[in-house]
Amino acid sequence: MIEPQDIQTYKFENGLTLVVESMPAVRSAAFSLLVPAGSIYDQQGRNGTAAILCELVTRGAGERDSQELSDALDDLGVQRSESVGRNHIAFSGASVATNLTEALRLYADIVQRPHLPDEEFPAAKAGVEQTLRSLEDEPRQKVIIELRRRCFRHPWGRPPDGTLEDLPRIDAATVREHYHHYFRPNGAILGVAGNVDASAVRAIVEEVFGQWSAKPEPSIEPGPRGPAVDCIQQDSTQTHIGIAYPAVPYSDPDYYAAWAAVSVLSGGMSSRLFTEVREKRGLCYAVYATLSSLPHEARVLCYAGTTAERAQATLDVTIHELVRLGDGIAEDELNRCKARAKSSLVMQQESTMARAGAVARDWFFLGRVRTLAEVRDRVEALTVDAVLDYVHRYPARDFTILTIGPKPLEPPAAVRGDSD
Amino acid sequence: MTFHQEQLDNGLQIVAELDPRVYSVAIGFFVRTGSRDEPRQWLGVSHFLEHMAFKGTDRYSADDVNRIFDELGASYNAQTSEEITLFYAAVLPEYLPRTFELLASILFPALRAEDFEMEKNVILEEIGMYEDMPSFLVYEKAMETHFAGHPLGQCILGTTESIRALTVEQMRKYHRERYRAGNIVLAVAGKAEWEPIRELAERHCSHWPSGAASRNTDEAKPTGGVRVVEKPSSVQEHLVLMNPAPPARSDLRFAAELLSVVVGDDTGSRLYWELVDPGHAEAAELGYNDFDGSGAFMTYVSCDPPNVVDNLKRIRRLYDRVNRDGLTEDELNRAKNKVASRIVLRSERPMGRLSSLGGNWIYRGEYRSVDDDLQTLRSLTLDDIRRVLEAYPLGWTTTAAVGPLEKLDGEV
Repeated sequence: MIEPQDIQTYKFENGLTLVVESMPAVRSAAFSLLVPAGSIYDQQGRNGTAAILCELVTRGAGERDSQELSDALDDLGVQRSESVGRNHIAFSGASVATNLTEALRLYADIVQRPHLPDEEFPAAKAGVEQTLRSLEDEPRQKVIIELRRRCFRHPWGRPPDGTLEDLPRIDAATVREHYHHYFRPNGAILGVAGNVDASAVRAIVEEVFGQWSAKPEPSIEPGPRGPAVDCIQQDSTQTHIGIAYPAVPYSDPDYYAAWAAVSVLSGGMSSRLFTEVREKRGLCYAVYATLSSLPHEARVLCYAGTTAERAQATLDVTIHELVRLGDGIAEDELNRCKARAKSSLVMQQESTMARAGAVARDWFFLGRVRTLAEVRDRVEALTVDAVLDYVHRYPARDFTILTIGPKPLEPPAAVRGDSD
Repeated sequence: MTFHQEQLDNGLQIVAELDPRVYSVAIGFFVRTGSRDEPRQWLGVSHFLEHMAFKGTDRYSADDVNRIFDELGASYNAQTSEEITLFYAAVLPEYLPRTFELLASILFPALRAEDFEMEKNVILEEIGMYEDMPSFLVYEKAMETHFAGHPLGQCILGTTESIRALTVEQMRKYHRERYRAGNIVLAVAGKAEWEPIRELAERHCSHWPSGAASRNTDEAKPTGGVRVVEKPSSVQEHLVLMNPAPPARSDLRFAAELLSVVVGDDTGSRLYWELVDPGHAEAAELGYNDFDGSGAFMTYVSCDPPNVVDNLKRIRRLYDRVNRDGLTEDELNRAKNKVASRIVLRSERPMGRLSSLGGNWIYRGEYRSVDDDLQTLRSLTLDDIRRVLEAYPLGWTTTAAVGPLEKLDGEV
């Protein structure tokens, strides 16, 4: 059952957009604040600037030092995270709904009046360095990050967390400059969902974010992609395989057909990749495909992890399944995707965090919010013919392939033909 | 919100917390069996058996199981720990009957020999995957070392050797002994009615073999030790430090949990300010793990290898201070607010309620509502924390490390 949603949008004079979804049946409220200062704005050779800023920006703001700020948020029971993405630095949090107002006041301090103290800079930078070093010990994650670097155009392909190589070149001044250029209300989006009154939220946002002054819109010069076939040699137990190929982005009219195509491949345990690669052949434990969208382009990203001696077979079977999708899709395969979509849409109504994130993300990609009912209708309307038609227009080809493991793999024939 | 409870004639226990205001329903079969219940030579059989459940029954093939769950739009899976094998699904209320039938049936799978051999490959791949994840590997090594000689020290996945050697006959025997109605709790949370749940349980579970399975729950007496696994390809050093803590049935468990939040939550805790905020470590956390009859405080640290010795000194000083002076009123209240908000947020989804509903029943035969949990939390005092620290001081008797270091010096 999907209930009618109460979604209100307000655009403030300084360019900040507020999207509020009222959910009267819950006790909590969540928010997601997207500030357009992500890693795409890192200077050339200084990839990691936004990541350090994300670490530094909460270390004291307004009248509170780092620990006082953290304590104040904990006193309010705010479950929170700050993360750096390609487009945004995102601040998200949730607590009991009555604490939302006070939490927003603290975040208004963080984005508008951070101390960015010199003495905290080495610690913030060390924090990012530690994160990057830990990533080296997680080849499953690393292969996808490095795959994105190769399949997306620069600077969207760059790792949001930065690189160990660039890190030494980033100083406190660079990070402060990043803040002053890019932390701005124009292009920022605040999504709120939960047991709240939209006009009351609007009033508090006006009060605490209304004076935030707009800054010039930066421009981005798109650059090249990385190599199509590549291997990072590492002495690991498994070989970690990443495969990417083109798809349509979230804003495209074909998006739901693209979503269905990937779901047939990888939605649920009856999907093609899980069945063919894992269940029938026992080649791996983890195998999946997912749709990854930027504003202007998108890719299907696949992962499979398998011991070295079975890696070549795993790559061959996986690519074969991707290509074979164009041969046909059964009615019941599509129906299963629809059933899973329906469940997940209905269950979103139980999570204020999921909704706050969704309304903010929708606004960024579409400039409006798709209601759950609209998404359900779009998914319901899909037919096998429509999905196949999409697959024929956007077939699995022009692959980018990256492996991390003890030895390189041979790209299958279909792939070699493409990359000539 | 209403609570219901019943026991079938064969011993299956049913607990349900029903709430008409949510949109979905979650069901879980909590089987009281895990790696600690395995004969030593069959290491990994519980987890392997959990995989085999999805290979189907005499009635449903492996393809059927996955296909039907997906047709129902279910979020479903299973997990195996040291003590519990849990099979669960969250669905829209209209699909509860069909989901129930399927989930209940796979607890008694066909265990076909050809499926067993194929799935063995997947299990071996899973072991390989975790070998590439030092943060997981170090947990396993710490448990093995800390609980050496006690069943809790048996690793969940088993080893490449134990899995290769395992036969389907051995798995069938293990299943016959452990999967008995009296050893299983069915928990249901969310939007559902009680009568239909009873009927479903009666129809699909009443023929299950009755009886229970035994478990030795003597409290472990860890003698401690140091285990260093040198992994030259690893960049960070990953450490787990362990010390005894209150067991699952102890009244001290709530205070122990709150203590771990103040001292070692992933953000805003003492460990956070001492190690993570200044950039000495990527992660430094204290967790409270309660088991049947035993308990453990586990400290996890991941950092640059050259910082290990200094970080261990920092943690030692911090723990000594806590043991000596306790906590402050401010810290305690802040942690209460944090935990209260976590409880409320988690409870908004039926899946979030399921584990607490099933866990409370299987470990303690008790039902605790969200309000019960919030009330207990609010009633905790600095004296309660002091009682935990007197019985179970912070520190470590066991150290496990995975990373580039060949050995640990100094503060281990």
